[in-house]
Amino acid sequence: MTAQDLSPAPVLTSHDTTKATKTPAAPGRLARRIRENLVAYLFLGAGVVLFAAFSWYPIVRGVLLGFQQVTFAEPARWVGLDNFRRLFDDPLFLTAWKNTGYFTLLALVFGFAAPFFTAVVLNELRHGRAYLRMTVYLPVMLPPIVTMLLWRWFYDPGPGLFNKALGVFHLPALQWLESENLAMISLVLVSTWANMGTTTLIYLAALGGIPGELYEAAELDGASVRQRLWHVTLPQMRFILMITLLLQVIGTMQVFVEPFVLTGGGPNDATVTVLLLLYRYAFVYNDFGLASAMSTLLFVVLGLFAGVYLRLTRTKG
Amino acid sequence: MDGMHGFSRRQVLGSLVTGALALGLTACGGGASNSSGVDKNGVVTISVNGLPPKTQTVDRKNFEEDVAAFEKSHPKIKIDAREGLMDPKTFSAKLAGGQLEDVYYVYFTDPAGLIQRRQAADISKYVKDVPYAKDIDPSLQKVFTGPDGKIYGLPTGNYSLGLVYNRALFKRAGLDPDAPPATWDEVRTAAKKISALGDSTVGYADYSKNNQGGWHLTSWIYSMGGDVATQDGSKWKAAFDSDAGHKALQMLHDMRWTDNSMGTRQLLEIADVQKMMGAGKLGMYMAGPDNIPTIVKQFERKYDDYGLAALPGTATLGGGDGFMFNPKASPEKIKAGLTWVQWKYLRSPERDAVDSARAKADGVPIGLPQPRLFAGATQAKIDEIRAKYANTPVGNYKPFIDRNSQVQTKVEPPNAQQIYTILDGVMQSVLTKKDADIDQLLKDASKKVDSVLATVK
Repeated sequence: MTAQDLSPAPVLTSHDTTKATKTPAAPGRLARRIRENLVAYLFLGAGVVLFAAFSWYPIVRGVLLGFQQVTFAEPARWVGLDNFRRLFDDPLFLTAWKNTGYFTLLALVFGFAAPFFTAVVLNELRHGRAYLRMTVYLPVMLPPIVTMLLWRWFYDPGPGLFNKALGVFHLPALQWLESENLAMISLVLVSTWANMGTTTLIYLAALGGIPGELYEAAELDGASVRQRLWHVTLPQMRFILMITLLLQVIGTMQVFVEPFVLTGGGPNDATVTVLLLLYRYAFVYNDFGLASAMSTLLFVVLGLFAGVYLRLTRTKG
Repeated sequence: MDGMHGFSRRQVLGSLVTGALALGLTACGGGASNSSGVDKNGVVTISVNGLPPKTQTVDRKNFEEDVAAFEKSHPKIKIDAREGLMDPKTFSAKLAGGQLEDVYYVYFTDPAGLIQRRQAADISKYVKDVPYAKDIDPSLQKVFTGPDGKIYGLPTGNYSLGLVYNRALFKRAGLDPDAPPATWDEVRTAAKKISALGDSTVGYADYSKNNQGGWHLTSWIYSMGGDVATQDGSKWKAAFDSDAGHKALQMLHDMRWTDNSMGTRQLLEIADVQKMMGAGKLGMYMAGPDNIPTIVKQFERKYDDYGLAALPGTATLGGGDGFMFNPKASPEKIKAGLTWVQWKYLRSPERDAVDSARAKADGVPIGLPQPRLFAGATQAKIDEIRAKYANTPVGNYKPFIDRNSQVQTKVEPPNAQQIYTILDGVMQSVLTKKDADIDQLLKDASKKVDSVLATVK
């Protein structure tokens, strides 16, 4: 929070407006106000309608389904906490949460550091910056399924690119997707490659916003590159780093395409994630009650992170 | 930052609109049409799926011709044909939204669950009037019969898993393509010889992902003389922690790790394996006859390249497809739907002759050993017609036909998809871990399957 945020001026302004709306309005005045703002209300209404229909209603319905047994052929039956009990009985339930946690952790190790350092390096470059920025962003533009199939070929234990490369250095071939220990790491690598472009661009923008004088002052004081990074760049980027960290946690906990396409949850359930299990409940077993209970749990967990995110951005904003 | 203390007028207005909308939507959601679908002229319109997509020009043209011919001969029925088959991803949404067709396509894995969830109409009292319905192979009709003995659909296609093999690779590996393996030991030997050709050639491949591993492992276990689930009174129990289960996994493990004849890439599914077969890099895989036209069409191969043998062992897994009826469909629609399904799919021998002549002219494959829907004389007549119009190398399927009658065809276990998910893991362990503990795997999976089967009613 900066000193400016604490200054009384903007608070007073907003207080004034609140006061004005709270003043009992004459009937004619209200009608006039509505008439004057009709276009604005129409725009607002359209937004509300769309949000209500496609966002809020499905969310509420989804939560309700978690407490029902639904077949869609007959009216839904309320079953209380039955679906949740059945979830906890599923031996894969804990595995899925553990795997998702592991994926998120790995994604932070790879996916959080990689774009930051890429951005710092790109920011320092004198030549070919635009070209390299585009290259870094390119994977984001590929449809996810293309990315997955491309990486499937990279990982192929036979003629795959990675094992061919290892072979050049006389290193033994790896079972990238077929080994329980490696499969999740392999998925995180795909995910990091596919998604780091966006984060890198955000960091680049943030880096561009750091006042040059700070670096100049640090240089005059004889700070090395590492010291400048530590004492100027990192503190200046602290807020944006925190936000991307939270967004990354929220995003990676919803990992689905990678295990769905590349491993199907295997080998030996090593890559079954919460969303993959949820997908199976809904679309393989056709048990929407169970799937909705699972999504409600995920919603609560992600909601906690989203709450932290909102709090942080609100304080800052 | 307004609205932190108390609500502004905008928020109140917004909430009211949202509330009204949510109520409106909820009210819309439950509305189901109860109309009989009959107009004032007595014409009943039924929606059906199975219309081939525009990309399949010949199939689509034939389907549209069939609809026109059917409507001409049945002036009181109008067909509203829609693309697509049973897709578990959209089925429930379509049913919930009132968009499910009156007559819908299903695989043999679906009816048990659909019947249990009451998502299909009981058609028992209408079926007896359907021509040829009584000639349907009883084991196939059983798939559409509920635990209450009522009939909920009609089968229109069937297969049993055999071995699809590449005849050219057999020749190159010094094997006789006309005498494919009839035992698993022979499969193992042949696979070794084929992989020895090198150049990433794989002797035998199998699935282990997205429930397909469990599906095939079930067939493996059947072929070794075992069962996946057995009924004990009213209760079902896992039955694969047995000698048969052990033998099946040991064989897969040995082919993968001792012989290295199953390739290095695992976690495969049907599309991957078909691609390997289409690329001429695979010797054999477990599949039904319908896989051959798929490979030929998709990878522009020749029918002569592929042979079909019966599955080694004593039994195989059978499956197929058919049609069920929207639980909200009126009796008039069900009757009309049954007329359509019989006319289009449960062909009389007379109509089969017309179809076969047309199919031959269009280059649609005839002469594959399945589907065989009927029992007795009706099927014999149809076989005769198909032999006359055959345009595929029927001789290549002789090994399948000769031995398949000795191999018992068994249906899928109840709650098949859930069981397959668990068995996927077993298949994956054996194919990706050299030191997989088969005893432990079977024991653990058995416990899990028992809990899945506990919910079967």
